[in-house]
Amino acid sequence: MGLNAMNKVMSNKLHIALYIAPALLLVSVLVFIPLILSGYYGLMDWDGIGAKTFIGLENYITGIQDSKFWDSALHSFLLAVFSTLSLAIYLAVSIILASKIKGADLLRKIYLIPMLLSSVAIAQLWIKVYNPSSGILNTFLRSIGIENPPNWLADPTIVLFAIFIPILWQYAGFYILIYYAALKNIPESLIEAARIDGATPFQIATRIKLPLIKEVVSVTIVLAIVGSLKYFDLIYVMTAGGPNGASEVMASYMYKLAFNSYNFGYGSAIGFLLLIITMVVTVIVRKVTATKERIEY
Amino acid sequence: MGGKKTLTVLTSALAASLLLTACSGSGSEDASSASGETEVKFMHLWPEGSSKKHYDVVNEIIADFEAENEGVTIDLEVLSNEQYKDKLRVLSTSGDLPDVGMTWAAGFLEPYVGGNMFAPLDDLIEEELSDAFVPGTAEAYALDGATYGLPLELNIVSLYYNNAMFEEQGLEPPATYEELLEVVDAFNEEGIQPIALGNRDAWTGSLWYMYLADRLGGADTLNKAIDRSGSFEDPALVEAAAKVQELVDRDAFVNGFNGLADEEAKSMFMSEQAPMYLIATWDLPNYTTNESVPQEFRDSVDYMNFPTVEGEGDTQSFVGGPGVGLFVAEESEVKEEAKDFAAYFVKAWGEQAVEKAGVIPATKVDAASLDLPQMYIDILNELNGASNITLFADVQMSPDTAQVHLDSIQALFGNEMTPEEFAKAHEDALSKE
Repeated sequence: MGLNAMNKVMSNKLHIALYIAPALLLVSVLVFIPLILSGYYGLMDWDGIGAKTFIGLENYITGIQDSKFWDSALHSFLLAVFSTLSLAIYLAVSIILASKIKGADLLRKIYLIPMLLSSVAIAQLWIKVYNPSSGILNTFLRSIGIENPPNWLADPTIVLFAIFIPILWQYAGFYILIYYAALKNIPESLIEAARIDGATPFQIATRIKLPLIKEVVSVTIVLAIVGSLKYFDLIYVMTAGGPNGASEVMASYMYKLAFNSYNFGYGSAIGFLLLIITMVVTVIVRKVTATKERIEY
Repeated sequence: MGGKKTLTVLTSALAASLLLTACSGSGSEDASSASGETEVKFMHLWPEGSSKKHYDVVNEIIADFEAENEGVTIDLEVLSNEQYKDKLRVLSTSGDLPDVGMTWAAGFLEPYVGGNMFAPLDDLIEEELSDAFVPGTAEAYALDGATYGLPLELNIVSLYYNNAMFEEQGLEPPATYEELLEVVDAFNEEGIQPIALGNRDAWTGSLWYMYLADRLGGADTLNKAIDRSGSFEDPALVEAAAKVQELVDRDAFVNGFNGLADEEAKSMFMSEQAPMYLIATWDLPNYTTNESVPQEFRDSVDYMNFPTVEGEGDTQSFVGGPGVGLFVAEESEVKEEAKDFAAYFVKAWGEQAVEKAGVIPATKVDAASLDLPQMYIDILNELNGASNITLFADVQMSPDTAQVHLDSIQALFGNEMTPEEFAKAHEDALSKE
């Protein structure tokens, strides 16, 4: 189809509507309507089965005063902080990978492997790694003379950090891939020019490459923060938020309320609060990391 | 996965099942009007793939029932455990419950009974099934004076131990809590972790607390604390919580038990890494008939009733409870037939379940007349002589309070809470109800 024919099709409103309809329908049914419904259920006293009783904003007020919710929110924010900090490591790795070192291709593929595994498989893998008696980690620690290695998933003071590691590991490949693609996009001539002017590899990385992919970095920061705030999978499988809430995050707390305590109304309210918090944070992060000038090569 | 996704999944499941039920609903009406037959819809949760033996027994019972009751056919639907729970919930909101289905006791059926969805079955229990159930089992399905479920399974908790490991250390199985502490110390000295416990699931730790409470305070103290005629601040219950921490401080349980799932603890017991394991009778096949477990291990496993504590307690008092039971839908159009089928099923299941599926039914079983492994016969005899069965605490409590109980159990075992704080957390949660 030529460009003219394309324009003709797209100028017809009916055609536009037809093309959009399937996707719009799916998104509405699967995302927007449930979103509104969950906000609405949050106004109810409802066990998920019986009758719903309208109680106004009571669930939301309880949520705002619920210390367990704020504990889990703190854990989610900690995860967001660590995810964002770890971006620096991924960026460094990508810069090295992109600078034509030997085996870069192979390494890039290796970093991607965790992304190909399902979350449950990753969780099962790390449960085995962390097993206090027979896990590979404690076996190693004992072999180098540490007599009482930590009980990684049972100790409330370290469980949260123990669980962050597989989460960060899980997404490393994803961010490295994004950075790698962005770095490869930088015209070789710019780097060449810098080199001729006598810039060191470090200067090239920090003064030329980094500023040029600033926009990509700001997008990954948003992705990392939002992804962390709504994070659920590994925590649910590995600790279910335990022991006694020490690794609870907002999404797992919501799940617990709705499906373990049969408190659907309150669970929905928490889900909606989670949505609001995530949106507010997204807007703030976008504002802070916004780049004014557009980069054109 | 955030709120959005969970809801997405739910909504699509809802849409799909509404479609399904709409289709099957209209189909069955056609069938009954055309042939003059009555169709009873029955939903259970033992699929052929994962519970072959259960599945076969159910099919045999259905075939027998249909042969004996001309004109009545059973329309069967089988789902796996979690899917079953989800579907039941969805069907209940659209008023499309099957005529006969499976439910769990106490806390689970509360919302269904509150929504007037299950039919009271007291007439069956008083007439056709009078004296059929082990005392205390049907009561677990009672709410406000009426009974809404006919129990099919009964599980009691015992302390299983590895006799070979005990003999190797020259130790005797402990008959008292004090001896248990000595055994714990002896195993620890040999570098063997004494008791397998996977407390990530927390109901496992709850079993220990419940038994200690039962032995120290008698059969009723805990029940009364839960139904609010007593208190969790009762000295016996606080003492039970203190004893839990004494066991923890003596390193009685395997390393990192609060981070281990029950499955992981089980595998430690079954791979002879830990000699003791407190679990219910649903695990009996692993110690008797399950061919995939090494014969040598099965031969070395034995069980004991939970020990007495400070010379107190009745070892014939058990922690346990019925598993699934049958309900009949209040809105059923074929309620009489559905009730007949439910009663027939319970009786037939009681006769066949142990021998054919290894499940201890909630109906009384004459152990002597059956060809069973010795451990089954012993446990069935224990059941006949049981002075009391206390229902699992997290099942007795409402789902909200149960969550507080389970969280507190983890905190108690993790030494994050004192026994007094543990009692207070329960009192706070229960007084809110």
